[in-house]
Amino acid sequence: MSRKDITSGNWAVAEAMRQINPDVVAAYPITPSTDIPMRFSEFVADGLVDTNLVTVESEHSAISACLAASVSGARVMTASSANGVALMHEIFPIAASYRAPIVFGLVNRSLGAPINIHCDHSDSMAERESGWIHIYCEDGQEVYDTMIMGVRIAEHKDVLLPIFVCQDGFITSHCFEPVEFMDDDEVQAFIGERDPLFPLLDIDNPVAYGSLALTDYYFEIKRQQVEAMKHVERVYKEVAQEFAKKTGRDYPVVDTYKTDDADHIIVIMSSAAGAAKDTVDSLREKGHKVGCMRIRLFRPFPAAAIVDALKGARSIAVLDRAASLGAPAPLFTEIKGALYDAGIHIPTNTYVYGLGGRDFFPHNAEEAFMDLINNKMSPEERYLGLRE
Amino acid sequence: MAIRIKDLVTKEKAMRQGHRMCPGCGAPTAVQQALLAVEQPVVITAATGCLEVSTTIYPFNAWGVPFLHSAFENAGASVSGIEAAYVALKKKGKVTEDIKFVAFGGDGGTYDIGLQALSGAAERGHDFTYICYNNQGYMNTGAQRSSATPKGANTSTAPAGKVIPGKIQKPKDLTAIMAAHHIPYVAQTTIHNPMEVIEKVKRAIETPGPAFVNILTPCVLFWRLEPSLQREICKLAVETRIWPVYEVIDGQWKLGYKPRKRVPVEEFFKPQGRFRHLFKGEAGQSIIEAFQKDVDEGWEYVLRMCGETWEPQA
Repeated sequence: MSRKDITSGNWAVAEAMRQINPDVVAAYPITPSTDIPMRFSEFVADGLVDTNLVTVESEHSAISACLAASVSGARVMTASSANGVALMHEIFPIAASYRAPIVFGLVNRSLGAPINIHCDHSDSMAERESGWIHIYCEDGQEVYDTMIMGVRIAEHKDVLLPIFVCQDGFITSHCFEPVEFMDDDEVQAFIGERDPLFPLLDIDNPVAYGSLALTDYYFEIKRQQVEAMKHVERVYKEVAQEFAKKTGRDYPVVDTYKTDDADHIIVIMSSAAGAAKDTVDSLREKGHKVGCMRIRLFRPFPAAAIVDALKGARSIAVLDRAASLGAPAPLFTEIKGALYDAGIHIPTNTYVYGLGGRDFFPHNAEEAFMDLINNKMSPEERYLGLRE
Repeated sequence: MAIRIKDLVTKEKAMRQGHRMCPGCGAPTAVQQALLAVEQPVVITAATGCLEVSTTIYPFNAWGVPFLHSAFENAGASVSGIEAAYVALKKKGKVTEDIKFVAFGGDGGTYDIGLQALSGAAERGHDFTYICYNNQGYMNTGAQRSSATPKGANTSTAPAGKVIPGKIQKPKDLTAIMAAHHIPYVAQTTIHNPMEVIEKVKRAIETPGPAFVNILTPCVLFWRLEPSLQREICKLAVETRIWPVYEVIDGQWKLGYKPRKRVPVEEFFKPQGRFRHLFKGEAGQSIIEAFQKDVDEGWEYVLRMCGETWEPQA
């Protein structure tokens, strides 16, 4: 029997980790993800998990130890945010290249400067070429469910890639809301045992991880990672389908809200989708045919699903919670690229919102929608909720 | 049971033929000696450096045992992660053998960029042995100075110029820093005598908990040393007291060797091109004098810690 409880996004991650019972967790505290290792360390202290918890001396060592444990054959998880994620940066592409299926609770926080502990997506967006799978979650329920699905996706033999499960710092991570939890047995049955390929601890079949590959082989090895990424969407759908059958909770790669007949669509990620969807309802009451698309799977980028949802629109607004200084914002760039490749030209506005935790209100979403409705279209980047 | 060289020479080596280290390099000598007497299966991790790049050039691999490298500054964290996985998987019965874990790093990866990860691993008490093959500089990238580089050495980032005579700072005492972590086993040695490394590393590996061994290993290329003098230069490092050999076992310092005579540091410098400039002019002479003073003080420190006195023959 599943149970429902009031919990935070961080505690939802920790609870998923308790039920997953990974072999190794190596973690280092940083706001706003600190609650995850704190809560999990209580589970360790109380003997509720078998996990070997390694309380390392930096995020760099956290991800280094996670990588080493993962290639050793262990099921491995960790969590971090912002500067911690940035300090780990060096190891991320190496973990992806070693095909280490680490499941990572990433609690989004601005990178600074100025130093700021609140949410934006600058930390994970900076890792979008790291070779990891990126999933952005809207609420605590989705975070919990995605951590569990994440194990299956990351460890699938056709994938074997590490995965970021992103949630919005403080907004989701510290907000207490009802979350439905699976039974421990159900979680274990769903994820199964890890069956590692080429584990380092197989002393009878020694392998070397971390060879030097120069001009003669490096390119081919990178090409294999490209291929692994191509399998992710299929595996994701298989796992999500199985999960939906068990729980009734369905998670398509993009979450569409009233887009079928919409003339004007906002594209957004994570928790701000709530305000955008509310605004869709209020504008529809006034007779505007508007919709909202939330990108859940960001790497690999599900271009076909996105184009399919957007192709009937007359205009689009892409809302990014990260700026790409000196270039168009990251999600906007991807959306435009996907539409261009599909031979579809739909006027698209670009907005940056919510940097450093600036609140995103329905009236901010309405401002973007009204620009579309009033045909105020421009490729120039605009800002929502900014004093200028 | 006493270790007999006769028994060891026929043993299959952990690191095999086909690596691309320079002829005369001290690192492979140290690695071979270090792993020779270990009876349990070992898993190796290494920091980025000469040893790592020269033994694993894809699609070849000189290691006959499991090997992991991921980056430069994280060998301490990597060995922690492997050991953590081992403990977890052994508890679940997914690994059945008793395995030992050895990390190798050069002085760049150990004294400098990897010190934090090593310190953290030592503090947490994982069961591992960390071996620093200390060739006194960033030799893999072309002889840049490190915090292990001796005072006066000509390096590519502290070159002997018209005004500055090479590196002007004295090296960090990493062995003492590791001893200050109060881990069960710490040793400082070199490859002048094979039994030194064989016995000390065996002891390190068989000691439960963290162990650290600092092995001085010549880089014949950038020490500007005749390759056949590998062993002799290490012997001179010990005889001049530049590199005292000692162990710290559960906090007890134990001196391994007392030179019979007071051998001046110049004897260590003479065979090496990296110190040649010190013998030309006053600036070099003052470096030599300062170096000798550092060595005398360092030796006094080791004697004091070991509770020893030294009365050299005249």
